[in-house]
Amino acid sequence: MHDMHAPAAHHHAPPQGFVRNHLFSLDHKVIGIQYYGLALLAVFIGMVLSWVMRLHLAWPALSIPGLELLSKNGAPGGVPTPEYYLQLMTMHGTIMVFFVLTTAPFAAFGNYFLPIQVGAEDMPFPHFNMMSFWVTFVAFCVAVAAFFVPDGPPLAGWTAYAPLSALGPVAGPGEGLGQILWASSIGIFCIGQLLGALNFISTTLDMRCKGMSLMRMPLTVWAWFITSAMGLTAFAVLMPACILLILDHVAGTSFFVASNLVVSDQLQPHSGGSTLLWQHLFWFFGHPEVYIAIVPAMGVVSHVLITNMRRPMLSHRVLIYSMAALAFLSYMVYGHHMFVSGMNPFSSIVFSFPTLAITIPSTIIVLIWIGSLYGARLRINAASLFALGFISLFVSGGVSGFFLAQPSLDLLLHATYFVVGHFHLVMAVAAIFGIFSGTYFWFSKVTGRMMNETLGKIHFWLTFVGAYCIFMPFHYLGLAGNVRRYQAFVNDFMGPLMPLHKFISVAAVVTGFAQFIFLYNLIYSRFKGEKATQNPWEATSLEWTIPSPPPFDNFGGKLPVVYHDPYQYGVEGSSGDYVMQDSPEQIQTVHDEK
Amino acid sequence: MAKVFAVTVILIAIASAIPILMHTWGPPVDISTHGPLIDEQMSETMAEAGISFLAAQIILAIFVWMFSRKEGKVRSFPGGARGLVTAAIVLVGIEAMALGAFGVKAWASVYFTPPGPDAMPIQAQAGQFAFYFRYPGPDGRFGPLHPDLVNEGTQNFFGLDPDHDPDAKDDIVTAELGIPVNKEIHLLMHSKDVGHSFDVRELRIQQDFVPGLDVSVHFTATKTGRYEIMCTQLCGLGHYNMKAYLNVMSQSDFDAWLKQQASQQ
Repeated sequence: MHDMHAPAAHHHAPPQGFVRNHLFSLDHKVIGIQYYGLALLAVFIGMVLSWVMRLHLAWPALSIPGLELLSKNGAPGGVPTPEYYLQLMTMHGTIMVFFVLTTAPFAAFGNYFLPIQVGAEDMPFPHFNMMSFWVTFVAFCVAVAAFFVPDGPPLAGWTAYAPLSALGPVAGPGEGLGQILWASSIGIFCIGQLLGALNFISTTLDMRCKGMSLMRMPLTVWAWFITSAMGLTAFAVLMPACILLILDHVAGTSFFVASNLVVSDQLQPHSGGSTLLWQHLFWFFGHPEVYIAIVPAMGVVSHVLITNMRRPMLSHRVLIYSMAALAFLSYMVYGHHMFVSGMNPFSSIVFSFPTLAITIPSTIIVLIWIGSLYGARLRINAASLFALGFISLFVSGGVSGFFLAQPSLDLLLHATYFVVGHFHLVMAVAAIFGIFSGTYFWFSKVTGRMMNETLGKIHFWLTFVGAYCIFMPFHYLGLAGNVRRYQAFVNDFMGPLMPLHKFISVAAVVTGFAQFIFLYNLIYSRFKGEKATQNPWEATSLEWTIPSPPPFDNFGGKLPVVYHDPYQYGVEGSSGDYVMQDSPEQIQTVHDEK
Repeated sequence: MAKVFAVTVILIAIASAIPILMHTWGPPVDISTHGPLIDEQMSETMAEAGISFLAAQIILAIFVWMFSRKEGKVRSFPGGARGLVTAAIVLVGIEAMALGAFGVKAWASVYFTPPGPDAMPIQAQAGQFAFYFRYPGPDGRFGPLHPDLVNEGTQNFFGLDPDHDPDAKDDIVTAELGIPVNKEIHLLMHSKDVGHSFDVRELRIQQDFVPGLDVSVHFTATKTGRYEIMCTQLCGLGHYNMKAYLNVMSQSDFDAWLKQQASQQ
């Protein structure tokens, strides 16, 4: 039996003034909202860039309204030049991967809810936390600044393969200042994420309230915790890699540039560097990055599903261990991005098997989700629809991993639209479904108002069907050998594929427009939405034990005491069908994992 | 709403599978000796991935249909978590690992067997934004490369110095990769500037050019014809337009072609 008296929290005064409340706030909740706002801004920029790409690919002569305003040289008459297409593509990937998929599911939701869900008043290092956001914001500004420098943003792709990215302006437009800004932005971004990860880990380990044992933490907290551990190691490798890349530009070093390269008939003044070194460093970060995007979304989706299934997952522990296994394996598989890169072909085999082994924890997670639906009392709402959609998309994107894990099939599929379809479904769209699910679920806690459910459902249907219409055909294009990163399809066999490209482009524009329904819902509901009760979803975790929106110190100066597992639903003999984590009511525990 | 979701998921799953089953889009007919192994691996993987995809989507749809209910007692999946973990490991994990193990054979046929002693060496050079190929000529030896002599204006794409290097005198440089049919080719690849790739779909070969590294692949083409060589590694603004042709000819046609190319040097 636990002590019934909660220990008094350390009292502190509420923050005063606009700057401390909203701008340089030390409150993890405000920082979470700031991250969400940044991700929202970034995702709309990234989406507009994808529209430009899709329109240009399907109708190469089309003048795209407004594009000339962004760059006169890049898009004379509104039609992007080949180099400008690649520059926009690079920025699309960079903005989406770093400033949306990394910030929203992890930094935004994690900052807001991790401390509350473990029963903490705040994070242990609030100043680091504030810095983490502002450093990330600076990184974003530096990245966006690349649009406005004379040669524009870099064209080497979000993977910035050397030596294209390391040779400077001679390698192509944007490869001078644009590429340096890119590398600086990503290097700064890494610092922000390292500060954030440090806070997440220490909050989880040291700030849990009384009774909150590790196995009593909600799956969201586990997901953010595992992601922080990944971030700590992955970003710690990417940051020095970016510094080396900048040095190759500005200090005359040759980390990534080999000897005797001739560009535009000029022998380059570099010697002794390694092209593959960049790829190794980049993908050592790059593969864990996929899980940095998707694991938090898995946590959110599990949390939302459990609440709406009115039952815990078949096994809390197995889900946690599987997410940890994914994180662990993610460091041993990065070489599958490099099967045909020219690295030792024996390494390809070595990297292939751990990659295929990822199937095991991924399948376990999916089967636990689907198996837990069996016998549930599923409630359908916008949040749970997006969570169910996530499962469907994660499966669809996941099965193409069977192909890409095998070096022999990479001979056909590498660098084709098959890869683009795979990672967009499994990492990008699935993670974004996690973000949507979390937003519809937690909006009321953050704002005190409900989002409009009808608009939420319309948003879901358009986005769900739209995402399939866009990304499933990418696989067919890839099977036919359609190469990615081409701004025009001049190869003989690609002509007959154009109708498929047009279909995808139309679907992309329609699905993109559907996102404005979400934006409208978000803004309208913030001010005019129906007032929310404290616990509208009848959920059990600690965020639902406090008012909406929560006070600045979360628990009003009195930390909670936890008596139960996070997901006590379908409880026999209880007053309702659920028991809150901090309820002292003695119950026959459904699945107490302790 | 749950039923609409279930039906939508099943319709999407079926609609996604139809083009695959109908072979609407796919790689062109293979023209290499190692290709059948890769194609077989592809079909087996497609079968396993397809079954996993359809099974997961359909079961998801059925459970959402059945269990979106307000009343009734919550109950658990009969097999429990243990049953599902076993299924994941046995049905999917082991199957995937086995697929990977079989796939090694296809990979090994390309990379783990050295080219035969009679393989014809041809050098391939990739540069922004064109491929060039070099044949050693009658002496069978390639002249050394001098990067400082590379000059597109004088069409010295490789940086050869025939005035001082006797081996370079008879080297033949072409913009098209002409090869004889049923003859093993040993392609010696190097990049002049940045990363590029050599991709011929019909040959089932894709290999990056790595600046600073000499990379090679070997293959035998079994059908005559002209096939596109594409660059698949982002190399700059002209990437989309960087292509050349692989021209597979009978031995006699090849001999005549090479002679004609030699006369144009």
